[in-house]
Amino acid sequence: MEFFFQQLTNGLAIGGIYALIALGYTMVYGVLKLINFAHGDLFTMGAYLGLTLLTSLALHQHLGAFPGVIVLAVMVMGLVGIIGILLDQAAYRPLRESPRLSAVVSALGASIFFQNLVMMVYGAKYQYYPKNILPKTVITIMGLPIPLMRILILLTSVFMMVALYLFIQKSKVGTAIRAAAIDQGAARLMGINVNRVIMLVFFIGPALGGAAGLMVGLYYGQINFTMGWVYGLKAFTAAILGGIGNIPGAMVGGILLGLIESLGAAYISLAWKDAIAFCVLIAILIVRPTGLLGERVAEKI
Amino acid sequence: MLLEIKNLRVKYGNVEALHGINIRVEEGEIVTILGANGAGKSTTLNAICGLMKISGGEILFRGSPLHKMPADQIVKEGITQSPEGRRVFGTLTVRENLNLGAFTINDPRKNKKNLDWIFRLFPRLEERSGQLAGTLSGGEQQMLAIGRALMGQPRILLLDEPSLGLAPILVKTIFDTVKEINKSGVTVVLVEQNARVALKLAHRGYVMEVGNIVMEDSAASLLSNPDVQNAYLGGKK
Repeated sequence: MEFFFQQLTNGLAIGGIYALIALGYTMVYGVLKLINFAHGDLFTMGAYLGLTLLTSLALHQHLGAFPGVIVLAVMVMGLVGIIGILLDQAAYRPLRESPRLSAVVSALGASIFFQNLVMMVYGAKYQYYPKNILPKTVITIMGLPIPLMRILILLTSVFMMVALYLFIQKSKVGTAIRAAAIDQGAARLMGINVNRVIMLVFFIGPALGGAAGLMVGLYYGQINFTMGWVYGLKAFTAAILGGIGNIPGAMVGGILLGLIESLGAAYISLAWKDAIAFCVLIAILIVRPTGLLGERVAEKI
Repeated sequence: MLLEIKNLRVKYGNVEALHGINIRVEEGEIVTILGANGAGKSTTLNAICGLMKISGGEILFRGSPLHKMPADQIVKEGITQSPEGRRVFGTLTVRENLNLGAFTINDPRKNKKNLDWIFRLFPRLEERSGQLAGTLSGGEQQMLAIGRALMGQPRILLLDEPSLGLAPILVKTIFDTVKEINKSGVTVVLVEQNARVALKLAHRGYVMEVGNIVMEDSAASLLSNPDVQNAYLGGKK
């Protein structure tokens, strides 16, 4: 029972991280029908910027552990969000009217650029987050031990997802984002500045990805310039699993993928954990090609 | 003069779709633009709305140049469109669609007043306000597209083929409502292939053929013009 519980909570924590990254893929895809292949590397940037700010500002010492990390997270999210906007302006905006394949090639190029940039600045070796930033407390819930860190990761990602969901569903700007995702021309006829919507999407998605990078740094302690590739691929899978373009889909897909991976590794085979995750993806796509939550309603012409 | 289009040219790639057309619209009028498929009617409306770049000429709204403004600014100026094919946001509710129409207006009281008015014009929309727009019938979607355009409090309402694909009884309902909208002070530019109903409703009309205006007259004279009758009204009645 305890073993299962450990795997379950670990899966939920990793799933929350996947979900946060997946949101970036799905939001950009929703509005531009573009897979932002550089998104995984923005996640890496979040992890590295987090490390730099953590060691240079030492906010956790000045403000205390929790407020320090929260301020740090806000700074990382803001910075990575701005990098996201710059990425769009430099790599995608000039290609808005071009065939979609050009933007995909540009995305791959941007990914290589970011990876090498991180490598040049920080080096190719693993970098380590300082230990004991957050207390390594273990809490007991109903007789079962669980590290506090894991709960915090899950709560933070759920909090961000709920906040994003409410923003997209309830606010005026959120509705404008959904409208632009459905029909950009019609959205412009409503007086929506679609360019601004795209900028916002390229801020929010990378900001969430950056937060996920920081969380991975704090949780696992070590980061590497290629980490964005694996996490990006997993999160992309999660987005497809839930139905790409669908925001609740990315959340469900991320959590589900985290659980499958963690339970699969524990009960079937550790070496096969990625294969298991992808087998489940293939099985779900055979049954539901649009993903779990894809295409809520058929459009009527 | 409310809207003045002077020598307007629009190109798709290298192909010129509008070869320098002139249209004027006075305050309070219903002006119809008739023509076959591909004559350039929708292109004209999209150029007014800023969705199409123009390659020559001018579009003046109360003297100020619309063709230099981005699409969202044009909506703020008071020109909204119910586009061809309705283009409602299918996965959003009717209410959300209407709210989007009011995107540029930040006064909740004004929005409430406009919404009440639209629900009076189209009671169906109120009944279905919580439903996804994609599940509405064609006629209801057309009502929604017009209602959504009205939420922006337009001075000029552009309607692109509102009768397309609708049963005659629904066409009558929609056109009666357009008349009512016009009476309340909104100037209407109506693009139609259904020339008979359009000319019965409009004050003046233009006839377009392959990117040119070939005729311009009062709606009554166009209705009785033998050329128009032959080409657009199925022969003399």
